[in-house]
Amino acid sequence: MARIWKFGDSVNTDDILPGKFAPFMAGEDVFQTFAFHYIRPEFAASVRPGDVLIGGRNWGLGSSREYAPQALKKLQVGGIVAPSFARIHYRNLLNLGIPAFEFDLTGLLEDGAEVSLDVQTGVLTHAGGTVQLPPPPEFLREALAEGSILAFFKKHGRFPGEPA
Amino acid sequence: MMGRMTNPTPRPQTMAEKILSRRGTHTVYAGDLAVVEVDQVMVVDSIAQSFIQRMQQDLGATPKYPERVSIVIDHVAPASTVSVAQAQKEAREYAAQTGVRLFDVGRGICHQVLMEEGLARPGWIVLGSDSHSTTYGAVAAFGSGMGATDIALAAASGKTWLKVPDSVKVTFAGDLRPGVTAKDVALEMIRRLGADGATYQSIEMHAGDRFTRGERMTLANLCVEAGAKAGLVVPGGEILTAYGYDIPEWVYPDEGATYVQSIEIDLGTLNPRMSAPSEVDNVFDVAQLREDLRDVHVDQVFIGTCTNGRIEDLHAAANVLRGRRVAPGTRLLVIPASSQVMEDAMADGTLLTLQRAGAVLGTPGCGPCMGRHQGVLAPGEVCVSTSNRNFIGRMGDKDARIYLASPAVAAATAVMGRVALPEDVPGQGEVA
Repeated sequence: MARIWKFGDSVNTDDILPGKFAPFMAGEDVFQTFAFHYIRPEFAASVRPGDVLIGGRNWGLGSSREYAPQALKKLQVGGIVAPSFARIHYRNLLNLGIPAFEFDLTGLLEDGAEVSLDVQTGVLTHAGGTVQLPPPPEFLREALAEGSILAFFKKHGRFPGEPA
Repeated sequence: MMGRMTNPTPRPQTMAEKILSRRGTHTVYAGDLAVVEVDQVMVVDSIAQSFIQRMQQDLGATPKYPERVSIVIDHVAPASTVSVAQAQKEAREYAAQTGVRLFDVGRGICHQVLMEEGLARPGWIVLGSDSHSTTYGAVAAFGSGMGATDIALAAASGKTWLKVPDSVKVTFAGDLRPGVTAKDVALEMIRRLGADGATYQSIEMHAGDRFTRGERMTLANLCVEAGAKAGLVVPGGEILTAYGYDIPEWVYPDEGATYVQSIEIDLGTLNPRMSAPSEVDNVFDVAQLREDLRDVHVDQVFIGTCTNGRIEDLHAAANVLRGRRVAPGTRLLVIPASSQVMEDAMADGTLLTLQRAGAVLGTPGCGPCMGRHQGVLAPGEVCVSTSNRNFIGRMGDKDARIYLASPAVAAATAVMGRVALPEDVPGQGEVA
C-alpha cells in the first residue's frame, strides 16, 4: 500500500524544491533530500516508493525548474493528483514520467491514508472504495506509449502527431 | 492528428494563433496541437548540466541550429560555490564545443540580454529554461518557459510542440498618473486574473502607443505569475520606432478574434500596488499596506531582476534617492539587469546617485531573487523587492517576508525604513 501525502492549494516550485537546493548547488546526489524542505520538512526522510501526493488547485506554479519534479522522481513518488496543474510543471512531470492526474481528492482522502494506485488504468483504491482518475490528454499518450517524450523523439526523430 | 489542411473558412486570429500558425505547418486555433519552428532557445546556468545530459546522454544529439541556442550564466553569477563553478565551467566547455552562444558572468540576466542582443524579435518563437521567458512578448515574440527536457528537445530538433493557447484580452485605458508604473499595472492585472487565472493561456495586451520596451518587458514578464504560457503586447509606441524591428503586418491580432476573457484596466485611477507574502496575487494598495505595516522595520530593499532591473527602473529609484540616504538599519541592494544597463546608468550618473544614497551595487545577474547568493534573508527579516516572487523561503529563510513593488516604492521604502510611497519622502521633488 501507498501513503497519501496531502497538500493544500498553490503548492509552488519553491515549496517542492527551494532554488537554493538545486542540484548544482546542493549536489546531484542529495538535492532530493530537500524536497518540501520548508513546508513538510519530514517528507524526504519518510516518503516511501509509490506514495501518492494529493493537492489542491494550481499545483506546481512558479519556476520551470525540472529538478523540482526530478527530486520527487528520485524519491520514487508514485503519482500526483490535483484538480489543476501549472503548465510548465505539468509538462515537466510528464516528461520525466511521473504520473499526474487532474482530479480533486482532497475532499475524499486525509493525509496518511493508505491507498493503491494503478498508474496504467488510473484506478485508485482506498479504504472506502475506488476512484477512476482521468487519463492523460490524448496527445500525450502517443509519447507515453514509448515510455517518455525523449524516448519517442529518439526513436522516431519527430514529435508525436508530427507528420513523419 | 496533424493534417496539413487549412481551415476552409479562416476565422480571425489572436496574436498567439497568428505566430503559431506562421511558424508551424498550417493554420491553427486555440486548442489545436502545433509543432512549430523555434527561433531561439535560451538555457540558463542553473539547468545547464541537465540540458547537456539530456542532449548528450538521453538524445545523443547536438544542437540542430547552434546559432539559435544561447547559454546565459546569470542565476548564480559569479559562482558562489565550487559546485556552481563546476556547472558553469561545463556550460562554457559545451558552448565552445558546439558553437552555441555563451553570455558569461556579468553580461546580465538572460531575458534582458537576449532582448538587447536582438535574439527576440517580433513574430519569433523563443523558448527559455526560465519561467519568465514570457518577457519576450514585449516585442511580440511568443516567449514561453519550459523545463530542461523540452528545452533540449527544442535545441536538438529546432522545434517544439505545444497546444495553441486560448487568449485573454487585456485592454489598457487612460494614462498612468505620476509615480504609478508598469509594475503596478502588472500587479493589478495579476490581482484581477489570479495566480492561475490565465493557466495554459496567452495574455494579449492592447496598450496602444503606451509603455517603453522596458516597461512592456515588465508587463510580459509577470504574465507567468497568472499562469500564462505567453504574454504578448501588441506592437506600438517605441517598439515601432526605436529599435529597428521589422514588424510583420501579420503579427497583429485580427479584429473579431476569439478571447476566453476580456478585461480593461483603467490606468488613470490606478494606485501603486504591492504583493504581500506569500503569493504574487496577494495584491494591495501600497497606501493600505503602509498603514498596516507602519511599525514594521524593513531590513532589506532589493532593486533589480528581469522584472525591474532596467535603466527606467534605476532612474525611478534615483529620482527618489537623489540627495537622500537609506534609513539606518536598512540595506539597499541594486543590481542592474545587464552590463548594458550598468554602463548606461554609469554614464548618466545614476549609479553615483544610488551609491551616494547608500546603495550596495551588485554584478548584473539574478542576484538574491531565488535565494542563492548576494543578499539572502535571515529568519524574521522583511524585504521589499522589485522582483517577481514572494513565495515562502524564496529569498532565504522560510520565516523571512517578501513584499513585491515598483522601483519607486522600493526606493521610498529604503529611505523611510518602512513601507512608503515616494510622496512620503521628505522634500521629495524639491531637489533637482
